[in-house]
Amino acid sequence: MCLALSGKIVAIKDGEAEVDYGGVSKRADLRLFESAKVGDRVLVHAGFVIQILDESDISDADAITKEIMRFG
Amino acid sequence: MVDVIHLKEMIAQVAAGSGPITIMEVCGTHTSRIFRYGIRELLPSNTKLVSGPGCPVCVTAQEDISAALTVANRDDVIFTCFGDMMRVPYGESSLYSLYESGRDIRIVTSPMDALRIAQLNPAKQVVYFGVGFETTAPLTAALIEKADALKFENLSVMSTHKTMPAAIEQLLSEGSGIAALLCPGHVAVITGSDEFGFIPERLGLPAVVAGFEAEEIMAALYAAVSMVVKGKLECVNMYPGAVASKGNKDALDLLYKVFEPGDAVWRGFGHITDSGLKIKSEYEKYDTFKRFNLPLSDLKDNVEESSLCICADILRGQSTPGDCPYFGVVCTPERPVGACMVSAEGTCSTYYRYGGVVKDAR
Repeated sequence: MCLALSGKIVAIKDGEAEVDYGGVSKRADLRLFESAKVGDRVLVHAGFVIQILDESDISDADAITKEIMRFG
Repeated sequence: MVDVIHLKEMIAQVAAGSGPITIMEVCGTHTSRIFRYGIRELLPSNTKLVSGPGCPVCVTAQEDISAALTVANRDDVIFTCFGDMMRVPYGESSLYSLYESGRDIRIVTSPMDALRIAQLNPAKQVVYFGVGFETTAPLTAALIEKADALKFENLSVMSTHKTMPAAIEQLLSEGSGIAALLCPGHVAVITGSDEFGFIPERLGLPAVVAGFEAEEIMAALYAAVSMVVKGKLECVNMYPGAVASKGNKDALDLLYKVFEPGDAVWRGFGHITDSGLKIKSEYEKYDTFKRFNLPLSDLKDNVEESSLCICADILRGQSTPGDCPYFGVVCTPERPVGACMVSAEGTCSTYYRYGGVVKDAR
């Protein structure tokens, strides 16, 4: 149930974002992340934006790799 | 990032020579992904994963299902819920069987769908079945806030929302044999990774907040196994792209604007103090129990649970589906006997789909 999908905000209107999931667009409520803006990559859970993701996959991977190395 | 095969070797290397290491993945979405990616087969023979109580459908108590059926069976109600609640059995009955008998029960994919249904059906009382942990509860709070702002008179919420820490604490303070925990990544998106700091601090176990891709889960397992072997006690955030230490402030503010902690009954655990989310008195007109004057105590006598079903032990990580006499014989995803076979994220359902019992036996 705690499934969330990532997509990109392509438009915002009346407190709702239009989120593009690689070709398919769906509306998502912004009440839980009101500072989200067009162009943000976001995590969406059951019709609500719940987080803005790091713009680059690389920075996330770097942070995880750094943690991995800490335990090496 | 380090790839899965490399991480497999790193885990094998760090676990080599250690005694048995049992790691619990708390989250049902993790359980499902772990099986989908074949991660159990990538771990060395001394490292085992067990599933915990993190499937909200599975831990919903029989008395809450009974209450939902009672409300959904009313002529004046349109009952709305997520799809995976439909087949949760209550004796011979379920929301699905009520739907088949003609009751107006509708699957929604967002709580806000209930608002739209209420708008289109002013002569009906629309009830939203609020199920889920900290990830989902703020969405229900947003529904109640909006219904209040728009002065909806025909919408209410049956909240069975729960929070994770008290259940984890109860489970692990009983000497469970668990060496470390994979913490639910999307719960942590809302609560923040700091929420799980009590696991090393009070329970003396390493904890790792994990993402949901194969590499992310393997990286989290590497951190967990390393901490167990080296005797380190930390709560590590291995999902940093999505999880901040303090979580999502907008969501938490809204959650506790509408809800307050309250006691809850969990399948497999029983009553746990302050592990539920109750609607605050300012919003009690949106509480289904108040709206219909339904005291929960009136419904408790009717609880029926199949006597040989071992869902309760499975949710506590004390048994696996292979221990259950019903599993795969009379209990299947098409005709579930216990709640763990219902949701796609339930342990039994996941085992059934991915041949978990056969793999365990090897």
